[in-house]
Amino acid sequence: MRKRVLLIEDEPNIIQAISFILSRDGWTVDTHADGQSAMAEVARRTPDVVILDVMLPNRSGFDILQDLRADPATEKLPVLMLTARGQKRDRELAERYGASRFMTKPFSNAEVLETMRQLTGT
Amino acid sequence: MPPRGLTGSRIRDRRLLAGVKQSALARTVGISAAYLNLIEHNRRRIGGKLLGDIAEALHVEPAILADGAEAELVTRINEAAASQPGTAAETDRAEEFAGRFPGWAGLLRRQARRIGDLERTVASLSDRMAHDPHLAASLHDLLSTVTAINATASILVDTDEIEAEWRDRFHRNIHEDSQRLADSSRALVAYLDSSPEADSGTGSPQEELEAWLKARDFHVPELERALPASEASILGSDAFVSASSRDLAQRFLARYRADAKAMPLADFSEDAARVQYDPGVLAADYGVDLAAVLRRIAMLPTQAGAGHIGLVVCDGSGTLTFRKQVDGFPLPRFGAACPLWPLYQALSRPLQPIRALVELAERDVMRFLVYAIALPAGVPGFDAPPVYEATMLMLPVDRVAVPDLPVQRIGTSCRICPQAECRTRREPSILAGGV
Repeated sequence: MRKRVLLIEDEPNIIQAISFILSRDGWTVDTHADGQSAMAEVARRTPDVVILDVMLPNRSGFDILQDLRADPATEKLPVLMLTARGQKRDRELAERYGASRFMTKPFSNAEVLETMRQLTGT
Repeated sequence: MPPRGLTGSRIRDRRLLAGVKQSALARTVGISAAYLNLIEHNRRRIGGKLLGDIAEALHVEPAILADGAEAELVTRINEAAASQPGTAAETDRAEEFAGRFPGWAGLLRRQARRIGDLERTVASLSDRMAHDPHLAASLHDLLSTVTAINATASILVDTDEIEAEWRDRFHRNIHEDSQRLADSSRALVAYLDSSPEADSGTGSPQEELEAWLKARDFHVPELERALPASEASILGSDAFVSASSRDLAQRFLARYRADAKAMPLADFSEDAARVQYDPGVLAADYGVDLAAVLRRIAMLPTQAGAGHIGLVVCDGSGTLTFRKQVDGFPLPRFGAACPLWPLYQALSRPLQPIRALVELAERDVMRFLVYAIALPAGVPGFDAPPVYEATMLMLPVDRVAVPDLPVQRIGTSCRICPQAECRTRREPSILAGGV
C-alpha cells in the first residue's frame, strides 16, 4: 500500500517539485498551503508523514506542530519540519516541540527522499 | 567681533557671513525686516523660540548667537566631560582651557561629536540586524526561491525519463523563480545600500512614507488649500515603489486632509504659537480630539516652529506606525521603543491625556515636554474588543513654557540605551561598556 504524505507548504514551485519526487518514489502526496486550517487537513487526510514548513500564512508551523503533539491522534505522527531560517533557535524550537526531523532550505531532493524513508522505515 | 552680551550684533555678523539678506532672514523666521534690524542693532532683546529659529536659519547653535563661540565651545567641552564620568576632567577650568588652547578644545569638541555619531551608527546597524523584519522576510524569500530552483533543477538533471508536460512545467517554474530571485536580490541590495546613518532607508512602506514626508518637512501645502487636489495626484507617479506604500501614503494624506480642514493652517499656526502649543486649549477651541491636535501641531510648516517638534504614533501592540523625529529624541527604526515613554502610559490608560517632562538618556541630554493620548482606532464595533491607537507629541523645552513637573528619565530602546540601572530593561545594551 502506498504511503501517504501531507505536504504543508505555501511556495507553489516547491510544492510541485517535492510532490513530483515523492510521487515518483511511490508516495501518495496531498498538499495544503494554509496554516490556519492545517490541523483540519491532517485530520481529514490521516497521512503517514507530515512535511511542515515553519513560515506559513496565518499560522506558524511551530504552532501547528505543538497542536499535533497535544492531540492523542497525532502525537506520534512523524513530522519533517522545513524552514528557510536555519538558525539555532529554530532548530531548538523544532526539537522542543517534538519535530521528528528538521531540514533547512535549500535542501537536496535526495536528502528529502532519504529522510522520508527513514521516518516511515521503508 | 562684537563684545560679549551683544546677541544682535552676533546675529548680524553671522547673517553677513552666510550671505543672507536681512529681509530674507526676517521672512524665514516670520518677522518683519524692520524688527530684525532693531534686533541686529541690539535695540530689541531676543531669546527663546525666535532665537532658535534664527539660529536654525543661519545653521548655527543658538548658544553661539546668545553667548558667543567661546561659550558654545565651553558648553561642548563640559558635555564631553559629563559623558565620561570616570575621567576626572577639571570641568571647573573648562573656560580657561578653551581660552588658552582653542585649537585643542576644538579638537576635543569634534572628537566628542564624532564619538556620538559613531555610537548612533553602531546602534542603528545593531538595531537593524537584530530587529529588522523586512530584512528577515527578504532573506526568507530568497532562500525559498533558491530552494524551488534547486529542487526543480535537480529533477530535470537527475530524472532519466520525464514526461514532456512535466518537463515544460519545470522549465517554466525555473524561469519564473529565476526572475523572482533576480527581483528579490535587487530589492535586497537596494535595501542594504540605503544608509542607516542618514536614516534614509526606504525599504518598508512606512519608511517610504516617512522619507517622502521628510523631504517635504512633514508638511503638505497642497492639502491646506480650500479645494485641495486628490491624495493620489499629490503622491505623483513615481514617488513610491510599492502599492502598499502608496496605499499607506493615501491613508495618511486622507487623515491629514481631515485635520487640515478642522484646523485651518493660518488660524491654527497663530493660535498654537499663542498658547505655547498647549493641545488641551487647542482641542477645546477647535472642537476636535486631542490626537488630531497633536498630529496637526507636528505637521505645521517649519516657519511655524514645527520643524523642531516630534511625533510618534503606535498601534495597540505598541508598534510604532508613524515617526517624525526631532533632534535629541532618537526613535528606534525597528523593534520596540522604551517602555517608559508616555506613549505607552497612554496606551495603558486609554482616553486619559498624559503630559510629562522627560529627559533622554543620551549623550547630549535634552528635555522635552510631551503630550500623549490613546483613542479608539477607527469606529469601535459592538461585538469586538476596542482597539486603541496612541499618539505622542514631543516639544523641546526651549520652545515652550515648561510647567512644574518632575523630570522622567527615558531612553530610545533597551538595546541602545546607556542607562545602567533600569527597572524596565528587557535586554542588555550594546552601549553599556561604551563603544
